[in-house]
Amino acid sequence: MAEVIGYLPFILTGTVLTVQVALLSLVIACALGMLAAAAKLSDSAAARLVGGVYTTLIRGIPDLVLMTLLFFGGQIAINHLTDALGLGYVDVSPFAAGVVTIGFIFGAYMGETFRGAILAVPRGEIEAGAAFGMSPARVFLRITLPAMVRHALPGFGNNWLVLMKTTALVSVIGLHDMVFKAGQAGGATRQPFSFYLLVALLFLLLTAVSNLGLRYLERRYSVGVHATVADAEGA
Amino acid sequence: MDFTVIIDNLPLYLSGLRVTIELLILALLCGFVLALPLGVAAASRRATVNAFPRGFIYFMRGTPLLAQVYLIYHGFAQFDFLRESMLWAVFKEAYWCALIGFSLNTAGYTAEIIRGAIAQTPRGEIEAARACGMRPGVALRRVILPSALRRALPAYGNEVIFMLHGTVIAGVITLVDLFGAAKIVNSRHFVPFESFIAAGFFYLCLTFLIVWLFKGAERKWHAHLRPRAA
Repeated sequence: MAEVIGYLPFILTGTVLTVQVALLSLVIACALGMLAAAAKLSDSAAARLVGGVYTTLIRGIPDLVLMTLLFFGGQIAINHLTDALGLGYVDVSPFAAGVVTIGFIFGAYMGETFRGAILAVPRGEIEAGAAFGMSPARVFLRITLPAMVRHALPGFGNNWLVLMKTTALVSVIGLHDMVFKAGQAGGATRQPFSFYLLVALLFLLLTAVSNLGLRYLERRYSVGVHATVADAEGA
Repeated sequence: MDFTVIIDNLPLYLSGLRVTIELLILALLCGFVLALPLGVAAASRRATVNAFPRGFIYFMRGTPLLAQVYLIYHGFAQFDFLRESMLWAVFKEAYWCALIGFSLNTAGYTAEIIRGAIAQTPRGEIEAARACGMRPGVALRRVILPSALRRALPAYGNEVIFMLHGTVIAGVITLVDLFGAAKIVNSRHFVPFESFIAAGFFYLCLTFLIVWLFKGAERKWHAHLRPRAA
């Protein structure tokens, strides 16, 4: 027990890295997710095909296979590129490979969530925006985006929780996240069970904190909806 | 890209494919057998009955599969009483650790699917069973479970695909499954694109196969929900 406490700061630096990887991948996933949703809802058949292939491929292949493909294969691709451009050697860091792969994978899942949420926004609201003379981009920023958040939040929350657990895989390509550090600490103290259990509990803690944040957001973005329900009951 | 390396190593991939499928089917079978009582107990309203299954489900769904498998494969070595017992013959083998980890993990997810499906049973169905004089056990077996398991089918199909993707962790703990085969080919010939794309292709085919199987199962067990043919 004393050893576990002694190694706690060591493990917690890994936790910080886990959270960094998770948050950065989330940003990529949201950006790609919006693109994928736009592609799948697009009028162009080519865009719909690209969006469809992306989501199907990602959801059909295990995350670790994609991650190792990008980590080892990406290095070769970049070597070819830098050779062609006459640049020096560029190292693919496990951090970049991990963040890009996880963002790329969850972009597909976010895309499905966002697509459903955009479809749930009443057409009349979008038409009203257009009737006011807003450009399509402005309609999207001022009307569709704020209105879709409420519909997207439950799916977004699920994706985030799965994404956080997926970050554990970066330890396999050598990134020093908390699972990796638990392995080191467990080996040094000959108490691997204690340290993996600690990491499992830290994941549960991250989940619990995320749930609090997600519940706050869901309340915040449903304010308008609850008000109308209360009005209807009051009348 | 040169895929002749993959053709040369096809037997390795196929034996990896066999290990992946074997682990998947065994884990799903063991997991389902565990999940059924756990899911029913978790659906209970009595706190003494639902506390343990709900805690188990929470742990399995809240922590990464990789950490769970490491906990068994690397972690159990910490306990001397385990190392000295007969059980060590099981826990020192990566294969059994992977199988136990996968089974417990899918048991957690499946139990939650079953719990959710039971909670959504229409009240009328339960009341009808009671009105016919069925005892709770009989009502569970004849009315609640057949209806709940049908409702659980689409969600369970997703879980089977997630479990397939989870089996790559076998390749991480030294087993030669599909992913392990790809790792070996990559390290022997240094062909990361070809080796992992080939593995990805096999996983993709397995995923499509599972989707197709579950479509068939839904056609069979959801026949009563289809609009009647003219």
